[in-house]
Amino acid sequence: MAQEIRELICINCPMGCPLTVTLEDGEVLSVKGNTCPRGDSYGRKEVTNPTRIVTTSVPVDGSKTERMVSVKTEHDIPKGKIFDVVQELAGVRAQAPVAIGDVILANVAGTGVNVIATKNA
Amino acid sequence: MSKAIEQRAIVVVGGGPAGLAAGIAAYEAGQTDVLILERDTQLGGILNQCIHNGFGLHTFKEELTGPEYAARYIQRADELGIERRLGTMVLDISQDRIVTAVSPTEGITQIKAGAVILAMGCRERPRGALATPGYRPAGVYSAGTAQRLVNIEGQLPGREVVILGSGDIGLIMARRMTLEGAHVACVAEIMPYSGGLKRNIVQCLDDFGIPLLLSHTVVDVEGRDRVEAVTIAEVDEHLRPIAGTEVRYPCDTLMLSVGLLPENELSREAGVELSTVTRGPVVDQSLQTSIPGIFACGNVLHVHDLVDFVSQEAAAAGANAARYVAGGSHDAVDSRGVPVSAENGVRYTVPSFVDVDAMDDTLTVRFRVANEYRNRYVSVYLDDERIQHRKKRVMAPGEMEQVTLKKADLAAREGLAKITVMLEEE
Amino acid sequence: MYDVIIIGAGVSGCAIARELTRYDCTVCVVDREEDVCCGTSKANSAIVHAGFDAQPGTLMGKLNVEGNRLMYEWAKDLNFAVLPIGSLVVCVNDEDRPGLQALLERGEANGVPDLRIIERDELVELEPNISDEAVAALWAPTGGIVDPFGLTVALAENAAANGAEFKFDAPVTAIERAGEAWQVAAGGETLTARTVINAAGVYADELHNRFVELASGDDTLQTAMTVAAEPLSIVARKGEYYLLDTTAGQHVRHTVFMLPTAMGKGVLVSPTVHGNLIVGPTASDVEDKESTNTTPAGLAEVVSKSSLTVKNVPFREVITTFAGLRAHQAAHDFVIGEVKGAPGLFDCAAIESPGLTSAPAIGVMVSGLIVDALKLAPKPEGAFDPTRPGVVNLVITSFEDWDDLCQQDPAFGHIVCRCCRVSEAQIVDVIHRVPQPRSLDAIKRRTGATMGRCQGGFCSPKIMEILERELGIAPEQVTKRGPGSELVVGYNKDRIVAPDTAGKGGDA
Repeated sequence: MAQEIRELICINCPMGCPLTVTLEDGEVLSVKGNTCPRGDSYGRKEVTNPTRIVTTSVPVDGSKTERMVSVKTEHDIPKGKIFDVVQELAGVRAQAPVAIGDVILANVAGTGVNVIATKNA
Repeated sequence: MSKAIEQRAIVVVGGGPAGLAAGIAAYEAGQTDVLILERDTQLGGILNQCIHNGFGLHTFKEELTGPEYAARYIQRADELGIERRLGTMVLDISQDRIVTAVSPTEGITQIKAGAVILAMGCRERPRGALATPGYRPAGVYSAGTAQRLVNIEGQLPGREVVILGSGDIGLIMARRMTLEGAHVACVAEIMPYSGGLKRNIVQCLDDFGIPLLLSHTVVDVEGRDRVEAVTIAEVDEHLRPIAGTEVRYPCDTLMLSVGLLPENELSREAGVELSTVTRGPVVDQSLQTSIPGIFACGNVLHVHDLVDFVSQEAAAAGANAARYVAGGSHDAVDSRGVPVSAENGVRYTVPSFVDVDAMDDTLTVRFRVANEYRNRYVSVYLDDERIQHRKKRVMAPGEMEQVTLKKADLAAREGLAKITVMLEEE
Repeated sequence: MYDVIIIGAGVSGCAIARELTRYDCTVCVVDREEDVCCGTSKANSAIVHAGFDAQPGTLMGKLNVEGNRLMYEWAKDLNFAVLPIGSLVVCVNDEDRPGLQALLERGEANGVPDLRIIERDELVELEPNISDEAVAALWAPTGGIVDPFGLTVALAENAAANGAEFKFDAPVTAIERAGEAWQVAAGGETLTARTVINAAGVYADELHNRFVELASGDDTLQTAMTVAAEPLSIVARKGEYYLLDTTAGQHVRHTVFMLPTAMGKGVLVSPTVHGNLIVGPTASDVEDKESTNTTPAGLAEVVSKSSLTVKNVPFREVITTFAGLRAHQAAHDFVIGEVKGAPGLFDCAAIESPGLTSAPAIGVMVSGLIVDALKLAPKPEGAFDPTRPGVVNLVITSFEDWDDLCQQDPAFGHIVCRCCRVSEAQIVDVIHRVPQPRSLDAIKRRTGATMGRCQGGFCSPKIMEILERELGIAPEQVTKRGPGSELVVGYNKDRIVAPDTAGKGGDA
């Protein structure tokens, strides 16, 4: 397979170093443009296994105080699955009482990660 | 007023992150007679609608969402049994610290406070404040209003969105709107740099292919009833639109993230001296305002970018207020201490005065810079002597900076008349 | 069959309706908008003009002075905000003094009381921020400021309480003769009336011209005032304004006009009854009678012209800018009367400045024409109630009185609009009045909510919720200003579309 070059902006600090990551067969050959080690590890992770926490809110029934309850994926999920997560949450409703940490949707979009409440309702 | 005036040691105006941390710190410093007045029906303030993650890295060494961060402080306040009155709006604060408030359950109440801690937060600069030409239809929202509608009410303010201003709330809302089913056409920023965090530009815009147009602004809003289109143009170095660069974006929503303003109406009416730069109170090292016994912290003092620093600052205000009450009031102040001067690229400092005798062993001075700078030194001068000189690779107006002053350094200087924080090229 | 149909629920139409309800007659006011006060009446300088501007002998001159007098009187019965702060016309050049003298004489000829020319010393005492160039001014103590929304709503509510009907979202699409009466098609309904009054603001020329088409050429039937059966042309004259925060509200204490000079006409700088500072208007004729947009040139003009009379206007305190359209007519006088050859068709047209001030007098005059034409009898003693309950204003309510209000209704203790200090109780109060406000702007006009420095940032979602609850409507039915201006368009995740780039951003 050919070499692949990816351009990224490092997010670790306001510097925003422009990173150039070179890959071959999915393996990172080099990270350039970073000014510190954090940039190197960010670059490697971001091109091989970019992940994100997804936060959103879902309607809650039976709560005296809230119409919606905020939720998040308990851990990072693959970046490519962000929309699968929200798609699966469409139509999901929570039932009060809800406590922070309660599982609202288990194993969302086959990620093995639970969606949990981030607010009491 | 026919009702009796209640006496309390410390009254905290606002139950958001600043008010909670201040109240808790005052209590923990030994002043247990603390009352928090909150206009909303729950504590937590704006954090309740900030459902994204990224809060608490400094304080808790983990990434929390806004409601989770607030919950930690609410839980602590609950454990301590700190009294709070919800649905209670403070209407007036007098020079002698009589706080007048109204609530549906109590009507008008008045409280004489040993110390008052101002923690009212900030508000968004509205579209009107930009004097953007065009129509004034439905569909023009400040980012925070849209955030409330989406995150708290579950309602979508629009489907095709243009965002003006790249403050963090605007960036966060670009992602929120996208995840809830809207399309964000672009984010226009009049300055040549973003006011938001790099992390938010990458994770809220780049992740979703939303373009960030630097040095661009909105020059027209179309639509008599609901927004139909906005026109965006490039601006020159004087921030004036350049003719011929206009691009029209058909859309139903214009969202604004064009700045936050400390909400100091109560402070102003109380007679608290306000800074024309921060629009917050001018405070000394104890975060005390120009009125003895009235302290300020959080976004009402100056707008922060990280809630962790709000909590730190508010905790200091709370402890200082407790100390003030314990020490008996010393209402007559001849001098507020040594002035701290912000110069050469430093827009302001908090605090503005340092009473060297009264300060702790160290003092954090927070400030913002006026522009985007690379490879500049942050210098601290005591009168004409430079005592700190630290190189920063990059500084931007959107990121709050800080220096730490040591009491030993300050006390060692006879007749210290001025402390200066400035940027230097070498 | 109505006795009277009034087309246009602006300040003129509502004043006429209110005055007509003193008589035994049926009145229906129709408007194309969702509420009263949606056109020229809502976006203007909000000034009670003393009456020195208009030429003696014109309707404008007469109705301005009479309207000024009635405005202060009616405020007591109708409980709208008006403040007689006085006005100044500032002369910035000694060479222009004759113009000031001419204005004084014109005002006196119009019957304006207590006019006086004051010199710079006295002027500076009255207005510390007056321009350094100012040499003298015409002082008119009867000048004032009024809440144009409050005035119009008060007139409409009082008219409704005395029996007038209101139909909104009802644009007039046709007017036809129906025997001795007239048929008006409005909002899908066909209404019939013995008389029709054209109070249609910038569109009054279209209605007038239809009246002329309907005229028979028989001009023997004449009322006290007639309008020639000639075509009329009304130009929309745009005025752009800055509205500054209440922190700037004391920058001037009176309404400050500039004496027109060879350099042109200035802009006025004035406090408003809500404690803000208003600066404007410009004057540019526009083709599109819907173009209430502000323009870069217009806003720049306001800023530059304000400095001709007032120093250091703190434009940094701006909270909004807006534009209104005046119904300008070349002859520059009000067109009031029965159209010749069309008995029962009345014009109340070309009501441009000082139309707001003149509104009470216009109401009296036009209702008088109808009373004569239809030989209407006054209602029996006590059947007409001239009073209208005001809306509580917590900004000027003492804490003691506010506490009492909270005892009566706890909702007075729930502040919804923190900038303008409006509670839930006031909002609920006005929602249940007639005509019923159904939008955010309609609530704003009645309570002031959303008019402050955050411009509805905090309170809009709360008012939307109250409207949903009180009107029993869904969130997506709540509007800013009537159908088409819905505030939310749906619900979270009701239509999720993953952008093409989702999940692989950062490599674009």
